[in-house]
Amino acid sequence: MREASRDRLKAFLTLLPSIILIAVFVYGFIGNTIWISMTDWGGSGALAFDPQKNFIGLDNYVDLFNGFLSAGFRQDLVNAVYYSLMLLAGAIGLGMFIAILLDQKPKGEDVLRTIFLYPMSLSFIVSGTIWRWLLAPQGGVNVLPTYLGFDALDFQWTSSTKAILEFNWQNILQILIYIAAFILILVGLFLLKGDPQKAVKRWLGPGVVIGAFAWLGGSLLPKTLFMEEMHGFNLATLGIIIATVWQYAGYTMALYLAGFNGISQDLRDAAMLDGASSTNYYRYVAIPMLKPITISAVIILSHISLKMFDIIFAMTGPDNAQTGHPALNMYMTTFRANDFARGAAIAIVLFLVAGTFIVPYVIGQYKQRRRG
Amino acid sequence: MSTTTQKSSITPGSILLYGSLFVLALLFLMPAYMAIVTALKDPANISLPTAWELPEKFNWQSFPQAFGLLKSNIASSLILTVCATALSTVLGSLNGYVFSKWKFKGSELIFTLFLFGMFIPYQVILIPLFQTLRAMNLYGGLPGLILAHVVYGLPITSLIFRNFYSQIPTALVESARLDGAGFFSIYTKIVFPLSIPGFVVTSLWQVTQIWNEFLWGICLTRHEDNPITVGLAQLAGGQAVSWNLPMAGSMMAALPVLMIYIFLGRYFIRGLLAGSVKE
Repeated sequence: MREASRDRLKAFLTLLPSIILIAVFVYGFIGNTIWISMTDWGGSGALAFDPQKNFIGLDNYVDLFNGFLSAGFRQDLVNAVYYSLMLLAGAIGLGMFIAILLDQKPKGEDVLRTIFLYPMSLSFIVSGTIWRWLLAPQGGVNVLPTYLGFDALDFQWTSSTKAILEFNWQNILQILIYIAAFILILVGLFLLKGDPQKAVKRWLGPGVVIGAFAWLGGSLLPKTLFMEEMHGFNLATLGIIIATVWQYAGYTMALYLAGFNGISQDLRDAAMLDGASSTNYYRYVAIPMLKPITISAVIILSHISLKMFDIIFAMTGPDNAQTGHPALNMYMTTFRANDFARGAAIAIVLFLVAGTFIVPYVIGQYKQRRRG
Repeated sequence: MSTTTQKSSITPGSILLYGSLFVLALLFLMPAYMAIVTALKDPANISLPTAWELPEKFNWQSFPQAFGLLKSNIASSLILTVCATALSTVLGSLNGYVFSKWKFKGSELIFTLFLFGMFIPYQVILIPLFQTLRAMNLYGGLPGLILAHVVYGLPITSLIFRNFYSQIPTALVESARLDGAGFFSIYTKIVFPLSIPGFVVTSLWQVTQIWNEFLWGICLTRHEDNPITVGLAQLAGGQAVSWNLPMAGSMMAALPVLMIYIFLGRYFIRGLLAGSVKE
């Protein structure tokens, strides 16, 4: 018995250094960054060993969202949303499509799998360097059509100044409420079949109410800015999105392929016997069964898209305007402009966005382990 | 059933299948082709309209030239990758052993708190990390960068080992305990010898991450200790450099991990899947 308790102590002591390191380097540092973001640390003396920091509360955040000079950050934030959505849609869609193709066990499956997955082994700097050359305005992808007898494209891949789906930042509150209403209604419609009462009460009803509120009372809502400021989906970001989808589609393919292989052949045969076509098998049996994989892919890819820094740095350089991302902005603000407090505030905004889907996921994993 | 799949070699379905796979494979190989072709061209013959064409004469000089420029970066990256991978896998293995075979009250909670560290955007710890390394006199050189990679590698290495060790039957550990084996002797005599595949998967994952990392490399090291990714970004960002050098440099920076991927693909993919937190 004494032997056993001594072993338990040894086990705990083995873990202790890591616990301390994680406690300090993850949680302590996050706390420190939150504190820094509420100070005015920056300027010429910022790099002194004992720099001056005064507490200024949430001013840095307020300034990021409605300060006159922070339009760049707001565009970066909008870009980040589009980067994430497009990377998710592109990598999951394409990855799933390739996985379904390879699940038919074509000849040369191994070679093909290797080809689709190799971009994943490259660093963003390497792929960014190559894609920058591929997306050069008068060469690369733009001249490809000439080999088929068409005219060359003249799309300005990473420097276009065109934006589509523009909206006025002034009305950001109203827009956010619309989005919330849209999500609620969407979830409600999904649940309508299973439990109509709960779907209407919890999701559809509230969604319609706040949607109507934003529509009718939109003009009553406070304006974020005192003037118009347009932001939208910058076409310059398309090149970077293509490069990241190219790099990560293979990863989702590997995830889905592993999932498809895990589904028993019996189940597949049973579905086929019941008269399901291939399309129906994937649509109604295989893909719904792989929901956990889709969730993991969403988590991992959103995490990647939120720290998208290297590839933008490599493709458009640090001083880009159209293709910016908060992660890159944070680096520039902190380490080029020595404005540590603002850099910290940008980092915390990124962290909060990441937290909204990571925290539920990690808690879900924890509960699952406790049960299992 | 199987006769249909074997006999019917050409059906509209299979043409569509192979056709789409062929087109997709071409698209995925396009950047690699472009990098190789450009690296092999003479700088004078590189022009945008002819970027896709094969070089008239192979110019192998780009590789020694790019190597000369990136030599010190490659050396830094090698030291960094070897040290940080070794340390973080050993620590991860010990942690994984505790998390799976010596669970105590609250160990699941600690493990969850570890996991969270894997998902944070690293910008959120960058400023205090920079300050702490400066205060510890570790800023600018490789030791500081190694420390960062070891600490922030702990969540994923502990996770992979924990999942790996949970496949080792607990009865094995229990019976060793009845035979009088203690915490460390169970590890060295039973668990460690069984963990070679775990070490391979985890180190491949760590090598890939550390070799390819850029943010800490550029923020935490001075010029002379910059890792390969930073060296390549500077080479490619230079104004006077023609494109054969960055392309040759890209290939060199990609080569080590690409080799691992091609020759140890099975373990590489296992690492990828383990990184997706599937349990």
